[in-house]
Amino acid sequence: MKMFQHQALTIVSAIGLLLFAVTSHAEVDAHSRNLAASCAACHGTNGHSVGGTPVLAGLDKALFVTQMKDFKSGARPSTVMYNHAKGYSDEEFEKLADFFAAQKR
Amino acid sequence: MTLDRRDFLKLGAAGIVVGAFPGCATSGSEIVSKKGQRVVIVGGGFGGATAAKHIRMWSENKIEVVLIERNPMFISCPMSNTVLGGSRTISDLTQNYDTLKRKYGIEMVRGEVTAIDPQKQTVTLANGFVSYDRLIIAPGVDFMFDKIEGLNAKVADESIPHAWKAGAQTTMLRRQLESMADGGVFAISIPKAPYRCPPGPYERACQVAFYLKNNKPKSKVLILDANPEIVSKKGLFMAAWSELYPGMVEYRPNAEVKQVNVAGKTLKTEFDDVKADVINIIPPMKAGVVASLAGVVNVDNRWCAVDFLSYESKAQKNIHVIGDSVSAALPKSGHLATSQAKVCAAAIIELMLGREPDANPAIANTCYSMVSNNEAVHVAHVYRYNAEKQAMLPAEGGGVSAKRSEVEGMLANYWLKNILSDVLL
Repeated sequence: MKMFQHQALTIVSAIGLLLFAVTSHAEVDAHSRNLAASCAACHGTNGHSVGGTPVLAGLDKALFVTQMKDFKSGARPSTVMYNHAKGYSDEEFEKLADFFAAQKR
Repeated sequence: MTLDRRDFLKLGAAGIVVGAFPGCATSGSEIVSKKGQRVVIVGGGFGGATAAKHIRMWSENKIEVVLIERNPMFISCPMSNTVLGGSRTISDLTQNYDTLKRKYGIEMVRGEVTAIDPQKQTVTLANGFVSYDRLIIAPGVDFMFDKIEGLNAKVADESIPHAWKAGAQTTMLRRQLESMADGGVFAISIPKAPYRCPPGPYERACQVAFYLKNNKPKSKVLILDANPEIVSKKGLFMAAWSELYPGMVEYRPNAEVKQVNVAGKTLKTEFDDVKADVINIIPPMKAGVVASLAGVVNVDNRWCAVDFLSYESKAQKNIHVIGDSVSAALPKSGHLATSQAKVCAAAIIELMLGREPDANPAIANTCYSMVSNNEAVHVAHVYRYNAEKQAMLPAEGGGVSAKRSEVEGMLANYWLKNILSDVLL
């Protein structure tokens, strides 16, 4: 089981890399960039945190979206993220995720 | 998002230069020669500096940016109450503008603006003028000293500091607390909302109480609030006062200070005369004076109405206003000044390219207050544009901490580190 998880992760990250190579060429629209800009106060310019908070730059899209949904539902306990996640739609989570996934780590 | 070659041409030297033609009303000569499309920003605080960086970054350095600021250094007002508590000094909160100049190619002009001509599109300083295609006014707040008899700018500088702009007055207020005898009274006067940083005065009461509890435990903190109740994070502040500083903090609502006797160290409200050993009056506020020079103050003779898609003034074309000077149902916070600055920066780039600004802006605000040296509380909201009301309104959710915590104290420090880097680096 453990081995399987490891292999699966390798495959996922290989796909992730492939996707990254594509998306880094693709355009992330200005609206997504503008939405993501508010996150910078805690997570740094373009998600490049300079201390303490998680780096969002280069975060896998699925992981970003799932975590935001979990913050929103309360499935993942949080201090401040619940108050932010409640304010965005699932569609906006996708846009934010697209933007951060396209940022180089 | 990436600009193409045609876009570059629109913004560069070969592009359309919406001209400013210096005439007789504009004295001296152009301080920085203008080659292409240019945005001039007056005020290098959280809003202005963020706008400068993001216009350069998002236009791929194709739009000229001139940032005019009178102070040599950037001093963060957020977290400056901790100087009073003793966990920081003003120098910990002070940064320079070197990276904005070096990394982003922003032209910094140091000086005081004396005139703005919206027709000729020029900003005048003592040593000449700067012409603009679009102007961003980001002056923060100025104080309405005349609303309190006996108070003026000189008194604030010399003996009754407001310390509501971080700097010399913050340090002076700390020294006054250090000189106060044990058993003394610290009185803080809070103006009616709206004012800069809604939770700030209550955070200050916590920080002063923290210092007094550890150094002068017989002393008192007296809060004279012109508002009918605590404006922000009410339950959290009340819990902090009663649990962390029992018997030390007294809160009086509807206690608007009308008069100060500087020599006698007394304050007069409608109902009471209050004597104190250290007095901190936070005066009522209005848009920074530069906004008046630009002719964009059009709400209650105090604030500036803007189009929330671009932050362009409702009173003057090609002049945008961001930050504390804006009239909005938004708290006047450092984070929201940066959020507004980014919406404005993005819109100006689109407008200069002949396109429409983003029609659906959504921005966020996170505001931490330190209730001791290591515990904090927050308020956070997302705000989105409502086209029908042409206003920024709170989105679903949002709110305050469940309780104060050391974790939030750490998050507050991370917030400061990251926002300062987002503004200046």
